[in-house]
Amino acid sequence: MSTVFETLAAALRAEQPAALAEIIEGPATMLGAKLVLLPGPPQQVLGSLGDPDLDRVVARDGFGELAAGLTGTRHYGLHGEARARDLSVFIESFAPPRKMVIFGAVDFTAALSKVAKVLGYRVTVCDARPVFATRARFPAADEVVVAWPDRYLAEVGENLGGRDAVCVLTHDPKFDVPAIVAALRTGVGYLGAMGSRRTHADRVARLREAGIDDAGLARVMAPIGLDIGARTPEETAVSICAEIIAQRTGRQAPSLRDSEGAIHRAFLAAGEHR
Amino acid sequence: MKEVLADVERWRREGKAVAVARVVGVEGSGPRLPGATMVVSDAGEVAGSVSGGCVEGAVVTEALAVLAEGRPKLCTFGYSDDEAFAVGLTCGGTVRVFVEPLDW
Repeated sequence: MSTVFETLAAALRAEQPAALAEIIEGPATMLGAKLVLLPGPPQQVLGSLGDPDLDRVVARDGFGELAAGLTGTRHYGLHGEARARDLSVFIESFAPPRKMVIFGAVDFTAALSKVAKVLGYRVTVCDARPVFATRARFPAADEVVVAWPDRYLAEVGENLGGRDAVCVLTHDPKFDVPAIVAALRTGVGYLGAMGSRRTHADRVARLREAGIDDAGLARVMAPIGLDIGARTPEETAVSICAEIIAQRTGRQAPSLRDSEGAIHRAFLAAGEHR
Repeated sequence: MKEVLADVERWRREGKAVAVARVVGVEGSGPRLPGATMVVSDAGEVAGSVSGGCVEGAVVTEALAVLAEGRPKLCTFGYSDDEAFAVGLTCGGTVRVFVEPLDW
């Protein structure tokens, strides 16, 4: 039979959601008592905090915290009483990794998949062209899919939520307009599309023709990325991931979408004088 | 937690005892969020991290003591209004770390 730790480790490895609830303050004999919560299905509760009523209350609260992706300390009585503070229980939520879907099997995608992996994303690269969409070209990606972006999103779109990202790097209206239209039908939290300002102006017209309204267009971060003067695929990947972080945290960072002028400007290397 | 699993499993296969230290609370400025995890083997090997570096050494000391005593312990590092702790955080925050033997 697996221990509590082995069960938790297996869930983390399988990228399944799990929570660990543990008594961190209270009577010495109860310190370190823990529950592992697996929402499943089937829902499972392993271990014990030493009292069946306490287990029941903490499991209920823990599943709630896990569903909300929250980690923190809650206080209880010895039998789970809500207003007492005999015990402090630390509930840690292990949410599955955020997902990033990148459309377009280009060099920028290879760099973005690397940077996204560093940030803990589960990365899927999707392109309709089998010659380009190969595992060998995207070794960092978890998955490389040969499919039309809109068809792929029709299949998996319902799994995308507010924590996830779709990055459209196809640079080709034939692929990226249907990809953006399909992504807007999902609940994905971040949707960005690459291209020059001229490309994007043209794309906006095509998106409108496809029936996308102002609210839909407002969801599209394009040109994609922060205005940090990124030039190489790797630098661009950093600017995209930084924009995703800033959007999530609600911080003001200069997105290319909100600035004007050339995306790539002549710049001086450090120490150079004009 | 996930990033230290491979080390934990290797140490356990080697017959070593392992302590787990997890950040369970941060007040004020603190580099790592609750859930940040460090593991320490009884041979003194370390994986993971609970801070930007300032309290790592002290946590290793606590972890080895916890392994020797076999009992979990809630440790506080940092500075609060009424007491100065032995190990401070340069950032001025307080971090609470739960240290326990990995015997579960």
